[in-house]
Amino acid sequence: MSRYSVFSLLRHAATGNRGWQRAWRAASPKASYDVVIIGGGGHGLATAFYLAENHGIRNVAVLEKGYIGGGNVGRNTTVIRSNYLLDGNTQFYEFSMKLWEGMSAALNFNVMFSQRGQLVTAHSADQLDTFSHRANVMRSNGIDAEILDRDAVRKLVPYLDFSDTARFPIHGAIFQGRAGTARHDAVAWGYARAASGHGVDIIEGCEVTDFVRQGDRIVGVETTRGRIGAGRVGLAVAGHTSVLAQKAGLELPIESHLLQAFVTEPVKPLVDHVVAYGADHFYLSQSDKGGLVFGGNLDGYNSYSQRGNTGVLREVCEAAIALMPNISRLRLLRHWGGIMDMTPDASPIISLTPVDGLYLSGGWCYGGFKATPASGWCFAEMLATGETPALVRGYGLGRFRSGHMIDEAGAGPFAWLQ
Amino acid sequence: MLRIDCPCCGVRDHSEFRYGGDATVERPAHDNPDLDAWYRYVYVRANPKGLHREYWQHVLGCRQWLVVERDTVTHSIHSVSFSRRQRA
Repeated sequence: MSRYSVFSLLRHAATGNRGWQRAWRAASPKASYDVVIIGGGGHGLATAFYLAENHGIRNVAVLEKGYIGGGNVGRNTTVIRSNYLLDGNTQFYEFSMKLWEGMSAALNFNVMFSQRGQLVTAHSADQLDTFSHRANVMRSNGIDAEILDRDAVRKLVPYLDFSDTARFPIHGAIFQGRAGTARHDAVAWGYARAASGHGVDIIEGCEVTDFVRQGDRIVGVETTRGRIGAGRVGLAVAGHTSVLAQKAGLELPIESHLLQAFVTEPVKPLVDHVVAYGADHFYLSQSDKGGLVFGGNLDGYNSYSQRGNTGVLREVCEAAIALMPNISRLRLLRHWGGIMDMTPDASPIISLTPVDGLYLSGGWCYGGFKATPASGWCFAEMLATGETPALVRGYGLGRFRSGHMIDEAGAGPFAWLQ
Repeated sequence: MLRIDCPCCGVRDHSEFRYGGDATVERPAHDNPDLDAWYRYVYVRANPKGLHREYWQHVLGCRQWLVVERDTVTHSIHSVSFSRRQRA
């Protein structure tokens, strides 16, 4: 597979752009692989890439029931940050951030990672105090964080509601300058291309319908394109983790809920950063095409439908206008829903399972996109060694039994509250 | 928007209701010393793709707790009943 470079651009430009090859090989399933990864989203593709790149395991298949980029990796709001408070999360997401910073170079694919900075507004002195706590924890872990007072926030993002009539006046904000956004499809395409270049088979239109067992061990999968043998099976299917895990006899602390995202019509450059609203669950950024991309709360009841309801649409738009009254007359261009596998503590699961031969990366709640590289890196290490990497020791399935939860949201053991 | 046919108040938008989670989960007896039973009660969920029995409370109406059978793919509602009747 030829490398992308300024010279390849010039060469193809000179020859009428007729010579471009497809980004990854269209592979047909072989009889068996060392590792089969179920789920061709960002996490599955990243896992395959790091299996090949870091561990030299290239006899790998990624099975995707739809097409690459058609699942949750194309349904998120592209925000990347590492402003976490709790031990385990802090280190993991910062490791992810560092991988993002080198991703375009590592993949030879421009994922358009834009470190435009993210700020979360604080609406009381108490909230600013808790943000200071978070900023101190971040800085003591070597992560950039700043606390801004009201005037500094106003200078940075003057278009927020600083009027006397603001429902929740802005006291200040926590700011992470290295946070930002990336082109989500490019992340999937980049990992797919790089993994394919290492010899990984990326098999689209291939749905896993069951597992193949030998005694107690899982030795392969049944798919819509026939039986595929596997030394190890990695499950990385956002939205349908429970459905597949049940076929393997695995019960999980996961509920699937719907999260909607929204895009307005394009406008001139207005929002330079990622802005999150501390008074409600709402966040917003501007895409390179000019549309304002934003999201809010879960719909809040179990759902596999991938389409949302209008009640949440109204709530999210109310939050948008409370924070930024100047966008009240923008038209919404489109919105969509993605299925989030919610865990009771809002932290993910990267874990060995009680089922021999089956490994699990799931329960990413609505924070999976920013974790893509670190998730793939650690899950690849787990699949290669059969051991739990130090970085994800806190994300084991056993934490719910032992009480060692990483409850960042502090919302108790009910998935829909997160 | 879901429309839930409350047995007291008639058909209402689901924004009048509060979701209460999986109604198939059984609470262990108070004196049950089995930690696994408590773990399953608090954390483990079947999370079905299809018919799901769940609690909803009509907070902006009669305030009754209901058990709603709903399809998690199509959102069609198959039955609504008082949760207290089901418990008896």
